[in-house]
Amino acid sequence: MEKRVTFKGWLLPVALIAPQALISLIFFFYPAAQAVWQSLFIPDPFGLSSQFVGLGNFEFLLKDPYYRSSFVTTAIFSTLVTLAAMIPALFLAVVADRLIKGAGAYRTMLIWPYAVAPAVAGVLWLFMFNPRVGVVAWYLGQLGYDWNHVLNDGEAMGLVVAASAWGRISYNFLFFFAGLQAIPKSLIEAAAIDGARFWKRFFTIVLPLLSPTTFFLLVVNVVYAFFETFGVIHTITSGGPQQATTILVYKVFSDGFVGQDLGSSSAQSVILLVVVGLLTIIQFKFVEKKVHY
Amino acid sequence: MTKFSIAATAALTTALSTLAASAETEVQFWHAFTGRLGELVDAQVETFNGSQDAYKVVASHKGNYSETLNAGIAAFRAGEQPDILMVFEVGTATMMGAKGAINPVFEVMGDGFDQDAYIGAVKGYYTTADGNMLSLPFNSSTPVLWVNRDKLSEAGIDPDTDLSTWEKVGDVLGQLKDAGVDCPMTTAWQSWIHLENFSAYHDVPFATKDNGFGGTDTELAFNSDAQVAHISAMGEWAQDGKFIYAGRRNEGGANFRGGECALFTESSAGYAGIKSEAGFEFDVRPLPYWEALTTDPQNTIIGGASLWVMAGQSDEEYAGVAEFLSFLSSPEVQAQWHQDTGYLPITSAAAELTREQGFYEENPGTDVAVIQMTRKEPTANSKGLRLGSFDQIRGIIDEELEAVWSGDKSAQDALDNAVERGNQLLRRFEQASN
Repeated sequence: MEKRVTFKGWLLPVALIAPQALISLIFFFYPAAQAVWQSLFIPDPFGLSSQFVGLGNFEFLLKDPYYRSSFVTTAIFSTLVTLAAMIPALFLAVVADRLIKGAGAYRTMLIWPYAVAPAVAGVLWLFMFNPRVGVVAWYLGQLGYDWNHVLNDGEAMGLVVAASAWGRISYNFLFFFAGLQAIPKSLIEAAAIDGARFWKRFFTIVLPLLSPTTFFLLVVNVVYAFFETFGVIHTITSGGPQQATTILVYKVFSDGFVGQDLGSSSAQSVILLVVVGLLTIIQFKFVEKKVHY
Repeated sequence: MTKFSIAATAALTTALSTLAASAETEVQFWHAFTGRLGELVDAQVETFNGSQDAYKVVASHKGNYSETLNAGIAAFRAGEQPDILMVFEVGTATMMGAKGAINPVFEVMGDGFDQDAYIGAVKGYYTTADGNMLSLPFNSSTPVLWVNRDKLSEAGIDPDTDLSTWEKVGDVLGQLKDAGVDCPMTTAWQSWIHLENFSAYHDVPFATKDNGFGGTDTELAFNSDAQVAHISAMGEWAQDGKFIYAGRRNEGGANFRGGECALFTESSAGYAGIKSEAGFEFDVRPLPYWEALTTDPQNTIIGGASLWVMAGQSDEEYAGVAEFLSFLSSPEVQAQWHQDTGYLPITSAAAELTREQGFYEENPGTDVAVIQMTRKEPTANSKGLRLGSFDQIRGIIDEELEAVWSGDKSAQDALDNAVERGNQLLRRFEQASN
């Protein structure tokens, strides 16, 4: 069954792998190893001296109830962001796929938000929802709803999720749309002739055939929610109110770059590395089994 | 990664500027100012560069206060540090702890340096226990009470009414609320104004060991009766809609300048912005105090930034730094800076010059901050704060205060919790700096 390409010598394969391996070594393994090493010390910010504390940084972190609750916050946040970024994207892709006229224009416009950097997206949403001067907050006020994400943790979470997911919808849309185009029309037509209605066709044919795309997006979006959203959180809530939106990676940033506590920050990176590693293993072990290639 | 790129940018900037260097010795100066303040800094630098040929100061903006400090730290680790780094007041303990990374200002300035020329309450934040200046105060301000006079009149309150104590302010807030004002009072920088300055002003400790001046084994102490009483009162006002919380920094400024809020506790340096934007009559009043706690308040403390001289540069560069810092401290430059920005003058001579020029008479209220700052000789509780990880401790205080404003916690619980969480960070800082 399997078709293998074999090389005769070893020079060419090594040369082909080397650039990627080198990049991974320099930009991934080396910093990761540094983080592991630094997590065993409490250094001063300027790197003039540092004290070996063994696992002291980890002990300090795991004893901190705010750090432990940050795991729960992260789980809620990344689940919500992933869902909020994928479901609308799938819906839009399905709708755009059925368009006959002007599909190109819709597609282009739907892709635009992806070009907005997370921090900028954060500022945009903040402007709209600012409790005192925001347009949306003002309209909500007219409707009798007193919006204040500065003090209300549920509203704060909703806002950072929306701001984080918004730009991501475009990215997911692109992949879903491409995935839909790759599904043979003949399959869908055959089902239609057999009398399957749209939703029946969608759930029994389209969705299973999209599963490789969906799985890929699931992994990519979870990683996004874990690592790339801190710009949004930094601009909108700075992790507040009362740490309600402090996700793990935001705490790495704020302890390291605001608090200058590089020991704790490194220890948190190491923990985060383990968490994401485990998550990816779980995804590949259990979710991937349900994926049809 | 960010650290890496900051260092890379720093290296690149330095490399580029070396190309431009000629006979003049270049002095790198990293600061955190943008907008109008950025222009004023550039103007100062230009004047200095035009006044002599030996040195050329190159000013670069490196982001906000936290980012500038980070850029300085990353650059130091990469061996590419600037000569002068602007560090905000909460970073003072971090800089002091980094003995090998800084060159104390009093040493850079040499023998002729007259430290007594600087105003005690301003320089006190940045001096050693024996009174030597480690950094040069650059922009210092202190909190005052801003009043929208029109708003008071509309609510049927005499705009000249006495607002010197929180008791009286409380009554006025009630009247404003009854008159249908949506935002009777708001604040900026809640921790700085309502805990740090509150403590100094009422002469109660914010932290043990003379607010941290006595050593890194200090512990937070802002959960005593005085602070709890104040935060409780503020919490009640928040619940009654008399105090509107807008955010951790100066978000409330937009509401005050827009004419929405009647009273606003904010830095004296808010002057430039309020003067240019406010479409109403405004007043500057001294920060109120609780009559129940004191009848004669202490002085308030400063916020803002100071200039630190980094270690590891050549003697010529240090000579240039000294020259530039003396230039910045000269009465003319200081007086101009004070009048343009609302920041406090750092020398008595500059304050005197401003008075002689008639600025305070033409702009009533601009001297309130100066008087409030210097009204008494600072005590151990009102000299300033020197706490490690203080930027993060402020974050913790913000979180706990927000819980009080939203009614989730009592003032006592919130402050107790803030003290406990903050102390953990202080212990880590103590461990790191030993």
